[in-house]
Amino acid sequence: MEIGYLFSTIVKMVALIAWIYGLLWGLGRKKLWQKAATVVLAFGVIQALIMVQIGDFSPFSAFDQGLLFQSITMTMVALGLNLIYGYNGQFSLAQWGFYGIGAYCAADITYRWTNGDASGIVVAGLGVVLGALAIFGVGRFLRTKRGVPVMSAFTFYLFAMVAAGAAAVYIGAAISPSLAQYFGSAGAPGPLASPVALQAVFFLSVIIAGAFAAEVSFIFGLPVLSLGSDYFGIATLGFAIIVKTLLVNSDTILPFTEMKGGRGMIGIPKLTNWIWAFIFLVLVIILIRNFVRSSTGRATLAVREDEIAARAMGIDVAGNKLLAFVVGSFVAGIGGAIYAHYMGFLAPGSFDFIQGFNPLIIVVFGGLGSMTGSIAASFGWIFFLEGFLRVLLGQMGTDAPSWRFVLYPISLLLLMLVRPQGLLGTTEWGFFKDRGAGGKFKANLFKKPKALKPAEETQP
Amino acid sequence: MKTDIKKGEDILVMDHVTKAFGGLLAVKDFSLELPKGAIQGLIGPNGAGKTTAFNLITGVIPATSGSIEFEGDRIDGLESYEVTRLGIARTFQNIRLFSNLSVLDNVRIAYHSHAGYGLGDSIFRTKRFEKKERELTDKALEFLSIFKLQDIADEVVKNLPYGQQRRVEIARALACDPRLLLLDEPAAGMNPREILELMDYIHFIKDRFDLTILLIEHQMRVVMGICEYLTVMDFGEVIARGTPKEIQSNQRVVEAYLGKGAGKIAAS
Repeated sequence: MEIGYLFSTIVKMVALIAWIYGLLWGLGRKKLWQKAATVVLAFGVIQALIMVQIGDFSPFSAFDQGLLFQSITMTMVALGLNLIYGYNGQFSLAQWGFYGIGAYCAADITYRWTNGDASGIVVAGLGVVLGALAIFGVGRFLRTKRGVPVMSAFTFYLFAMVAAGAAAVYIGAAISPSLAQYFGSAGAPGPLASPVALQAVFFLSVIIAGAFAAEVSFIFGLPVLSLGSDYFGIATLGFAIIVKTLLVNSDTILPFTEMKGGRGMIGIPKLTNWIWAFIFLVLVIILIRNFVRSSTGRATLAVREDEIAARAMGIDVAGNKLLAFVVGSFVAGIGGAIYAHYMGFLAPGSFDFIQGFNPLIIVVFGGLGSMTGSIAASFGWIFFLEGFLRVLLGQMGTDAPSWRFVLYPISLLLLMLVRPQGLLGTTEWGFFKDRGAGGKFKANLFKKPKALKPAEETQP
Repeated sequence: MKTDIKKGEDILVMDHVTKAFGGLLAVKDFSLELPKGAIQGLIGPNGAGKTTAFNLITGVIPATSGSIEFEGDRIDGLESYEVTRLGIARTFQNIRLFSNLSVLDNVRIAYHSHAGYGLGDSIFRTKRFEKKERELTDKALEFLSIFKLQDIADEVVKNLPYGQQRRVEIARALACDPRLLLLDEPAAGMNPREILELMDYIHFIKDRFDLTILLIEHQMRVVMGICEYLTVMDFGEVIARGTPKEIQSNQRVVEAYLGKGAGKIAAS
């Protein structure tokens, strides 16, 4: 039994890594239909494995699916963190806090919706939109002024955001009661209580959760990112602790009785299935890749390498750090939303900052600066720690599960000693690979050096 | 691009610029007029404040008093990246390349502020992104081929020999699309053959890109060979100005470099 389980888990891990490689390889093809075919195929393979059931045996049991969803959420957080830490060089422990914010935000929206209350989505949606408008407005205003200190800018943004939030709550309180009639009663459900509406709300709630986490990260990152890297790390640790404390007291300090504070939020609709998880995974991968493989992404790398030289190259270092931080937190928020709707239960304990070291370990494990490594390490790590060790040790006796937290640090130590740069270093696969000169310089080799053109032609 | 400044008019004017670090006056009452199209040198013994003067121009550190004008606009008080976007690029005394990135990426990063597409274009991979990105890569490769670096475009910069790193740094500064180029000891650590090449390059890029160049240099061969006009600094102050010929025979300059009384020995 144990040998069989060990074998099957290893097979699954290898198969999943191969699956990731295939997905990234296919997405890296040039033609659109090739990309689309890859996405459909990658989705279909797992979907087929989930549906297959031969007697008692199912290749992808409910337990494995749970691991898969955990891996996907972990992948999202890890990708965001790798953008911030691996690509931009800012050591952040706050990602777990943004993950928690995203989880609770999305959970609250769908929870209220299933209970016939539209105020969640109305207030959160309005708040996010108005908050974004406030940020852009204040940003535009501040650009006309010269030499505004960071803390003054922060105060402006904070007031604008608070005003936007208050407006959203006020308008939401005015609108949402009038929507209640469309939910109908339990006996005769209205149009808003339909499953289709619920799915749409779920989709929106995930996006809103990400955007909310992003806006919180903007307002938090603006003053804090001007600190040096180490001090920034400490400040983000503080943020993670604040988030956890607020979540523990969400029904007393904060006015969210349905979150039930430290007792944990129950009754969240379990809407995460393989389709949604896969869609959001692919979207996040595409977002991160398109960000990283662009001029902005190169600027992000430049900031990591040398801030003074980056400034001398015309890069707005503070703005670039903030941008990377916001995008990373957006992705973490989306991951949290997916997680909340897979678990159906949220406890503040899972958003403790100690847990927040998990994505950090994954990012370092997979290789700082390798997005592929983060994805592979997320899947491998969850399946190794949660699937493999937990089950295997559980079968070996009652005391054995405690050894899990001895065995996995040892495996980390070994890896760090053998490969200090992480599993993949900075190597990228397929989709994430930079094309570099794209073979063009080879063609140039055989050509004569270009005749000198007048300067106007080469300069934009 | 501003073109209302004609050749011979001042592109950079520094007027009584002072920088104090606490009680220490690193740069004292420093004035400089740089005509468009010139190659000027800034020389002086170690610790004279030359690099501080560069840092003041590029906004790395703010000036305590005085004004700096570039193409008629005040630039003191601007952030370093804003100064670069206005058209002043620089290299560093101790090479500051993005050492873990490829040669091509180092040059492409300099295009960031004038890449021609925004974040939205890159997230949604619009047509404009594809077009501009290809143009940008082509232009970067063209720069590399000017400096004979095209064969090593995909090499990681930290693995390159010193002379090539210097060339990458100059190529990167040029990719910022500057009108004024500040070179901080470009010949430091180069062998005589590389120095000759470098002097050719400096002349060449000046004509090719219509540049004004201000350079700090210790190698007298470079300074005397390419500079039309020199400003000599010592202890934060300007002690002499003039053509290389005049400077060579200037008593105070010889004293600053070799000490008092050395002038007589040098003259005899």
